[in-house]
Amino acid sequence: MTSVPPMPPQENDIVVEVKDLSTWFDTGKQVIKAVEDLNLTLRRGRTHCIVGESGSGKSITARSILNIVPKPGRIMKGQVLLHGAGAGREVIDLAALDPKGRQIRSVRGRDISMIFQEPMSSLSPVHTIGQQIMETIQLHRRIGKKEARERAIEVLAQVKIPRPERSIDAYPFEFSGGMRQRAMTAMALICEPKLVIADEPTTALDVTTQAEILDLMKGLQQRHGMALMFITHDMGVVAEIADDVTVMYMGEVVEHGPVNDIFFAPKHPYTQRLLASVRALERRSHRAGPAPKLSNDDAILEVSNVSMNFEARRRFFSRAPKEPPVKALDDVSFTLKRGEVLGIVGESGSGKTTLGRCVLRVLDPSSGRIVFKGRGAEPADLAALPKSAVKPYWRKMRMIFQDPFSSLNPRMTVFQVIAEPLLNHGMTDRRALEAEVAGLLERVGLPREAMWRYPHAFSGGQRQRIGIARTIALRPELIVADEATSALDVSLRAHMLDLLLGLCREFEMSFIFIGHDIGVIRYMCDRVAVMHRGRIVEIGDTDTVCDRPSHAYTRSLISAIPKPDPRLRGKTQRIRYTSEVEG
Amino acid sequence: MLGFILRRLLWMFPSFFAVTVVAFVIIQLPPGDFVTSYAADLATSGSPADSATLDALRLRYGLDQPMVVQYFTWVGNALKGDLGMSFEYRSPVSDIIWDRLGMTTLVAFCTLAFVWLVAFPVGIFSAVRQYSIGDYVVTFLSFLGMATPSFLLALVVMYLSVEFLGYSVGGLFSPDFVNAPWSFARVIDLVQHLWIPVVVLGVAGIAALVRIMRANLLDELGKPYVETGRAKGLPETTLILRYPTRVALNPFISTVGWVLPVLVSGDVIVSSVLSLPTSGPILIQALKTQDMYLGGALIMFQCVLVLIGTLLSDILLAFVDPRIRYDN
Repeated sequence: MTSVPPMPPQENDIVVEVKDLSTWFDTGKQVIKAVEDLNLTLRRGRTHCIVGESGSGKSITARSILNIVPKPGRIMKGQVLLHGAGAGREVIDLAALDPKGRQIRSVRGRDISMIFQEPMSSLSPVHTIGQQIMETIQLHRRIGKKEARERAIEVLAQVKIPRPERSIDAYPFEFSGGMRQRAMTAMALICEPKLVIADEPTTALDVTTQAEILDLMKGLQQRHGMALMFITHDMGVVAEIADDVTVMYMGEVVEHGPVNDIFFAPKHPYTQRLLASVRALERRSHRAGPAPKLSNDDAILEVSNVSMNFEARRRFFSRAPKEPPVKALDDVSFTLKRGEVLGIVGESGSGKTTLGRCVLRVLDPSSGRIVFKGRGAEPADLAALPKSAVKPYWRKMRMIFQDPFSSLNPRMTVFQVIAEPLLNHGMTDRRALEAEVAGLLERVGLPREAMWRYPHAFSGGQRQRIGIARTIALRPELIVADEATSALDVSLRAHMLDLLLGLCREFEMSFIFIGHDIGVIRYMCDRVAVMHRGRIVEIGDTDTVCDRPSHAYTRSLISAIPKPDPRLRGKTQRIRYTSEVEG
Repeated sequence: MLGFILRRLLWMFPSFFAVTVVAFVIIQLPPGDFVTSYAADLATSGSPADSATLDALRLRYGLDQPMVVQYFTWVGNALKGDLGMSFEYRSPVSDIIWDRLGMTTLVAFCTLAFVWLVAFPVGIFSAVRQYSIGDYVVTFLSFLGMATPSFLLALVVMYLSVEFLGYSVGGLFSPDFVNAPWSFARVIDLVQHLWIPVVVLGVAGIAALVRIMRANLLDELGKPYVETGRAKGLPETTLILRYPTRVALNPFISTVGWVLPVLVSGDVIVSSVLSLPTSGPILIQALKTQDMYLGGALIMFQCVLVLIGTLLSDILLAFVDPRIRYDN
């Protein structure tokens, strides 16, 4: 498993061959060459990873193979050759077929199937899992309803869905994200296709769920011997499963080859850069320096025994007993020292976001104390204050949001965006405001002229910088950053984190950094708290927690992270954590 | 599902109670009562009534009682089927309105069916072929339909049908059949007349629903599950009807709740223009003369239609969308 099988590739192993494929989007104003002169060979029994950042054309490549390119995209030239189709074992060019015709439709789902990224929205919300899986096989084979159902149950069992004969009648919204992705995989496998295309199938999932899905896909591929085309932006995932790798950049292939060549002898500068930015997140930032000396009595924030319950809705006329409240936070305590960067890591639903919002009193905790001690001010228990009395503290505690696209008002100029908190807190002199905003922009690495433009003129990374400038405008003492880099491409993450760290040390800010990515946490944080089901299960120095975790859940979380090194494949023992509370 | 319907039915009772209160308050809102306007009538006709007679009248109809008492007498009797006396017509309200309510319901349901049958496929077409010539034509026509006042349309259709089809227009029956007993020929006659109010009342509803369906479906067509269906190898037509249309149906169904009452109340002016024997025209008359029991009964009937419409749409929604059914 550690090295690529040495057997020479044979001609008859080829399942799909893509030759000089170009797919363009003609928007009327300009032509976007999403894919240009792409060549790709997919072989039976091998996993071919397509890597690239957002907008590099990897998803359009997948859709071009199936000839389902969304409007106004069009395959301009090139061939997609499917080998050994039908009884005659002939070769057909899928790109030349009518996208709505019978012939291409018979290929989709039967010879080539696809697994999509977003497991919730990729399944119809109003049909059962079974209806959607059975439909695929009933489209392609003369098969009775009963037989189709049996077959569907069989594949559901293969993808390890518990109690498949009952789960088949469930609706997607009754499934968790990982279960939905399993169902999606079952749907892709039911006709035993020659090629399965998986478009970022694990990106929307938690690391532990991702590890399970990757294991599942590897197992299924060995069992069925199909070709797997796996699209991802995560080099860790590539190292975990790829046999061959194609690196895409701006619609073109910059490099391709066996996985070991790509990782250990990358030729193209872009591949080298990509690998470097991934490996940077393997250790602590050079900017972080030694953790600042912190004395115990200089705490900026003391959170003690905070709980937060979400009450179940009570229904009129309902005979059902009242459901117990959902405990989003369960007796959480920690101390944040002045100038410290504390990471909070956990899976979705672990309560990390709720904790961040409770600290800022955006949400009201059900019980507990949140004592904030501003510079030269008396400590105050925010949890006890009425909402109106919290407002002055929001000058000193601010938030950085996850999504740089939706957290900036598209109708406000960058100047208005950044000046707004300053205005709200009494700075009204126009000239002073402009000087202040210009200074802030330069500090976050944007030119001062940027202030007269609107957010849509900027890329995701630049927008996040604008958001950071807005956050630090008031020189806050505490910043809560909720998944601040999750929406950014890997190559941008390290830069963004360095910027945040620099600011943190420069203005002596304390940081609560919420994330699900241990790499980012390790790069950035002095201490880390691991959350699971509303509790902090472990808290300590970042290096200690990451290298010598003491709690079983932390160990399972860390073992699930794919390491960007194909030599480690199969060597790290994956630890499964089953909580004592079953839910 | 059964529990859902049962719960939903139980909710009807408090809603109905609230509705009767609102209906009663509305008819009591204008200053004075029926006796005042009756006295004014008599005064203008030159034989003013003395106050003793008027007080006797008030006493007889219970108008001197406090509002709350009047309300409970009214509701109590209504539940027993006695909707009170119409002052204006000097006969029981139920005798006056049943016939008309039947016709109103008939017109309303026919219109609803017509609206759906046209709006549904046209809306789908318009969304799937977005920005095609067909879509532009449909869009233009629907804006035209929404903007045209229905009484104007009624006049136009009346003119056209007299001029070119030679029908007697106005009413739901030809003069020969107005008071005739029910027979096959009378039904035919009804159908021949029914299409005019159905078309006139339906046009605005169709226009609005086409726009709603188009917008809903356009939202859904871009969703990833449509792509999943395409990648499965589904033919385009099956795909669109089975997946996005199914989901886009939700807001469409929700409209039943308000389309029914709009049809019933919207027909007031149109019914006057077309002189239909529906409840609209007598409601206006009853409100003008403060004929409170007649007006109250009609308003209550409309509110009940809203309740039924909402109930129907809720049950249909739960049937179509499992997420609503399982919400607990």
